[in-house]
Amino acid sequence: MLSIRNIVKEYAGHRALNDVSLEIESGKIFGLLGPNGAGKTSLIRIINQITAPDSGEVYFNGERLNQSHIEHIGYLPEERGLYKKMEIGEQMIYLARLKGLTRTEATAMLKFWFEKLGMETWWKKKIEELSKGMQQKAQFVATVLHKPDLIILDEPFSGFDPVNADLIKNEILELNKQGATILFSTHRMESVEELCDSIALINKSHKILDGRVKHIRNSYKNETYLLEYTGSKLTFDGAQPFSIVSETEGEDDSHIIKMKLNGSTANDVLQYLLPKTRINMLQEVIPTMNEIFIEKVNLTA
Amino acid sequence: MKKVLLIIQREYITRVRKRAFLVMMFAVPLLIAGMTKLIAYVSKDSDQLSKPQKVKVIDESQLFSGKLKNAKNIIFIPTDEPVEKAKKGLDKDEDLSILVISKDYAHTPVQFLSKKKPSLVLTGEVENQMNEIASTNTMLANHIDTALLNQAKKNKVNVNALEVTDAGTKDADVGTSMGVGVACAILIYMSLFIYGAQVMRGVIEEKTSRIIEVIISSVKPFQLMLGKIIGVGLVGLTQFSAWIILSIIATKIGGQHATGGMAQFLVTLQNLPFGYILFCFLFYFITGYLLYSALFAAVGSAVDSETETQQFMFPITMPLLFTYLLSVTVLFRAPDSPLAVWLSMIPFTAPIAMMIRVPFGGVPDWQLFLSMGMMVIGFLFTTYVAARIYRVGVLMYGKKASFKELAKWFFYKE
Repeated sequence: MLSIRNIVKEYAGHRALNDVSLEIESGKIFGLLGPNGAGKTSLIRIINQITAPDSGEVYFNGERLNQSHIEHIGYLPEERGLYKKMEIGEQMIYLARLKGLTRTEATAMLKFWFEKLGMETWWKKKIEELSKGMQQKAQFVATVLHKPDLIILDEPFSGFDPVNADLIKNEILELNKQGATILFSTHRMESVEELCDSIALINKSHKILDGRVKHIRNSYKNETYLLEYTGSKLTFDGAQPFSIVSETEGEDDSHIIKMKLNGSTANDVLQYLLPKTRINMLQEVIPTMNEIFIEKVNLTA
Repeated sequence: MKKVLLIIQREYITRVRKRAFLVMMFAVPLLIAGMTKLIAYVSKDSDQLSKPQKVKVIDESQLFSGKLKNAKNIIFIPTDEPVEKAKKGLDKDEDLSILVISKDYAHTPVQFLSKKKPSLVLTGEVENQMNEIASTNTMLANHIDTALLNQAKKNKVNVNALEVTDAGTKDADVGTSMGVGVACAILIYMSLFIYGAQVMRGVIEEKTSRIIEVIISSVKPFQLMLGKIIGVGLVGLTQFSAWIILSIIATKIGGQHATGGMAQFLVTLQNLPFGYILFCFLFYFITGYLLYSALFAAVGSAVDSETETQQFMFPITMPLLFTYLLSVTVLFRAPDSPLAVWLSMIPFTAPIAMMIRVPFGGVPDWQLFLSMGMMVIGFLFTTYVAARIYRVGVLMYGKKASFKELAKWFFYKE
């Protein structure tokens, strides 16, 4: 869907993006991660053709990105905003027409969305009469009204209450199911694991990590396991096939050990422990995206 | 192009629909009509005496009293009362005054006593009649036939100012030309400000409400800027057309009742080359507006709120203010002076300076064409500069812009 190749963007002596390349597959949900100021918004603005890169290219469905692609992209900026004094219905239609829809098409789509999200009564309202959450909802509709193939969402859940955040999340998933590719940037890691197929991590203008979420998490496994057993507390003499990272007391006489296996396998651990105690659980710890994020960012810092 | 049209449409419709626009449309001509009515009324009122004025004449010379003729609202009452006694009567009657003529009226001034300040019309009438009587007396004393003299005085010469032009002679109504010139200059000056500021406010609104990013992801910044400028400009033209139509209707209606100076003014107004002036006005309004509104748009893009615009507004409005002040004080008296010619060539000052000159009709064609050419070059230039600043400015938040910063933005690559 989107192929970003060797993008470099500089602002007055400061390099916002340094040789960033990304592949975003069609029909997938792609997460663009990175701490504040990493260059996410710069990259998003380049994809939206708000700014142009100093060097490097962007390809949209195999074609060099150009003005005709604007109609296929929907963009929800992090800084939300609509015309405060304009009626919502009229405003949405105007924005959709700027994206190439005719008035009739826009009106029909708007009716559909307003009904779907329970906003029918908002048609004649002005933005300034709405609450912040309602404004966000309206802006989301404006983003997807023209049925874009690529939906770019910059921090889509900020500013929503949990109910509306969930509503929007489901809408995003549904749009994705219908074939839309989603690119969203966020620092909310839970939503990344829940929603994204692939991610790219950008820090200090460099891409430092990308790939499928599952692969990344698996590749960050570092032989760490969690063990829970019941009975009297074990003492180790150093001959055990693992090293202890931490030990905690659980409830009802249970104990939890976070351990690191140094070349041995889970079988070795079980074999060693079976005669000594009653094992409730032995589980490999797969690092969360949050942990990977923090680790990678700190590493490059 | 389709998108620019959409933007123009939005900018135009949202503004024209506002109540303020409709109010302005009707209020301004009404205000002007009301003011001319008021001026006419006031000047008419001072023309005449509203109430009958009685003038007691104490004539010690015995030469005048019988000969003073009652005029409209002036009644002369010859009396023999002593001055002191007559004075007491003044307290009782405001519309009473006393004319005291001493024996030696040629050397001691004639006194006119009244409770309140007498109107100029009243004293003027008294003075005229007395002079008439006095000179008749003198002539009679010198055996001059007054009837013959009066006959001789009937010859009246009127000096009619004629201006020689290629089209033949025509009335040189300098006063009307001045009036129209100054009015055009004021109108251009005000409208450049009003509509330029509207463009600026629109840009700031889009920037502060953050909708700019959504729009810019659909259209190029230049398209948005152009659409806004043209949309607001059309609002201005609509406003003007409405005013012109309404005033034509108003003068058509009011013209029938116009009297005196007003009627004369309307007649001379019709002698002016109306089409030519209107064409120049529209040309200079449109090009001047394009030139300045682009700069206003650039200013709007560089700031986060209207209060920050001060430092940028000053250099932009300086040439306008400067020409405007010169126009209404100096230029209209010397529309062909070198200063006026130069100012009407520089695009930043030409809209006002040229509009002062045009109603006088003496602008050579080559000067007009040169000035118009300069205007076109001027607005293309400012639009180019403004667009380069604008495209960067609208996406810059929370950065305090300086002129140095603006220069940097200008040189940014796409």
